[in-house]
Amino acid sequence: MNNLVVMPLVVPIMIGIVLVFLKNHIRVQRALSLITMLSLIFISIVLLENIQASGIMRLDFGGWLPPYGISFVADSFAILLVLIASIVTLICLIYAYSSIGERHEKMYFYPFVLFMIAGVNGSFMTGDIFNLFVCFEVMLLASYALIALGGNKKQLRESLKYVLINVLASWFFLVALAFLYGTLGTLNMAHLSVRVAEEGQDALLTTISLLFLVVFALKAGLLLFFWLPGSYSVPPTAVAALFGALLTKVGIYALIRMFTLVFYHKPEVTHILIEGMSVVTIIAGCLGAIAYKDLRQVVAYNVVIGVGFVLMGLGVATDSSLQGSIYYLMHDMIAKAMLFLIVGTMINLTGEKRFDRMSGLIRHYPLFGWLFFIVMISLAGIPPFSGFVGKILIGQGLIEAESYVVLAIAFFSSVVVLYSLLRVFLQAIFGETSVSIGDEKPLPKGQLIPILLLACCTFGLGFGAEGFSSFVEDATKTIVNPEIYIQAVLEK
Amino acid sequence: MKTNDVILKTVTKVVVFIILTMAVYLFFSGHYSPGGGFIGGLVLASAIVLMYLAAGIEIVHKGMPFDFKIIAAIGVLLATGTGFASVLFGQDFLTQAAIAVHFPLIGEKELASVVLFEAGVTLTVVGVVVTIILNISEGGE
Repeated sequence: MNNLVVMPLVVPIMIGIVLVFLKNHIRVQRALSLITMLSLIFISIVLLENIQASGIMRLDFGGWLPPYGISFVADSFAILLVLIASIVTLICLIYAYSSIGERHEKMYFYPFVLFMIAGVNGSFMTGDIFNLFVCFEVMLLASYALIALGGNKKQLRESLKYVLINVLASWFFLVALAFLYGTLGTLNMAHLSVRVAEEGQDALLTTISLLFLVVFALKAGLLLFFWLPGSYSVPPTAVAALFGALLTKVGIYALIRMFTLVFYHKPEVTHILIEGMSVVTIIAGCLGAIAYKDLRQVVAYNVVIGVGFVLMGLGVATDSSLQGSIYYLMHDMIAKAMLFLIVGTMINLTGEKRFDRMSGLIRHYPLFGWLFFIVMISLAGIPPFSGFVGKILIGQGLIEAESYVVLAIAFFSSVVVLYSLLRVFLQAIFGETSVSIGDEKPLPKGQLIPILLLACCTFGLGFGAEGFSSFVEDATKTIVNPEIYIQAVLEK
Repeated sequence: MKTNDVILKTVTKVVVFIILTMAVYLFFSGHYSPGGGFIGGLVLASAIVLMYLAAGIEIVHKGMPFDFKIIAAIGVLLATGTGFASVLFGQDFLTQAAIAVHFPLIGEKELASVVLFEAGVTLTVVGVVVTIILNISEGGE
């Protein structure tokens, strides 16, 4: 009995509902949502410590034992992601205070953000796959509202696409679940793993696993990312940062969980396919990142590259590549949030969307300019920032698996990321300015500080990688040895 | 053109009571047999929607001056709150309790805390369904 395990789901939902009643009290809403996120960070740190001390934790809702009841499982992998997601959400909320505007705040902005983080946390922690579907839906419903809120024409067009593609994906998810339940008679993930191992992963089960691959690939933006650049470039900056940092990561988490815990018996089919998909994703993402001059498109394609990079680690599935994937996943949440916030601020300051129409921002906002530099080298994977550890470990895994071509593409993508952002940096941040000193639009502290906090996070995660390594190693151990997870869920 | 919906109005007056009774029956039968808060809530919402159709939004709103968004919120709060209560009693989240009570006239019955949870579900369903229908109807005119 560990009721703490359910708190990352229940606390934001309950507080979110309370905020619905406080519709017009914006200050109270801000304060309560801030306190909620702080307490979530605290809870996940406590959970992480407990897991190191006494192993994977589990909560059976209403005392119904698995595989019959619903249970939440907290292992290091899930809780690390919950922790980073909470930190990123907290920082995006701080950014939203000074940027989102009163109209949004009175139209249930904070409740929706809290519902979304509840869905994200629930997806990370659920122990059965049907509740993965439910938590996905909680997250998506909140995101539908957040993307459409504000309602200008372009936003509505893109959100319609976003809703349709996700409804279709959810339907596929449900069909895949029905197939899975029909074949194996269970939906508890640990029990599924046992049953698949007993039956042997035959052609039918592999086909079902491919259906899951399609579903999660749509959600994660792996190969099927055609919806992503459009819908991530229309909402307000704080929302776009949340989307870019969290939503695709939930799909990635689901892929890693499913293909290391349940469907790991036929890597020559499934994992090779994932590897191929991630290579194509990276190449397409690179093309997009270079092709566009619209800053928001450049950033959205950078998200795509990140997705491909993380899932390369899953594709070869060696110990070090999976460890690298976890590191890189954590890094990517922080760095992508930071990139979205910076780019949104740039667009806000200049009133232009294309970076070739901006120049010399660093003359007016020196700190801001150097923060762009930090996120750039962090994404390119230069130490001491957080991208480095993940890239090195994934590279090591690729060498162990002797996939040298993939390795070359992976590291070439880093160069492309660097190039795509460097030309933004040289054009928009450096260069001569046409606005004289004193005439520039002021940069609110409330927007600079969140970016600064994220820069501290990426520095901390990179410089303090040694401190995190025990948690990440524990997470990798659980992923590589499914028995540990199964034992914690089924035999206690 | 004013449409003549006298038949709908007359039938509704009777039918709404039948539907509401059905909703209450479904709600309580859900403990051991098919039914429950979700279905009860849907049926209840259908009664309210029928009243909106027959009488028009203004008249119904005069009789039931609720914001259905708030009702949905109260429902979720009630449902998660009962789950949370078990945490306060040191049990697993969502654990339910039941006691057998002897009532005069109707005899031995079970009082279960799950009724509160189901009531929360019902309120949520009613609130959400009615809000959706009202929003759709606003767009058409």
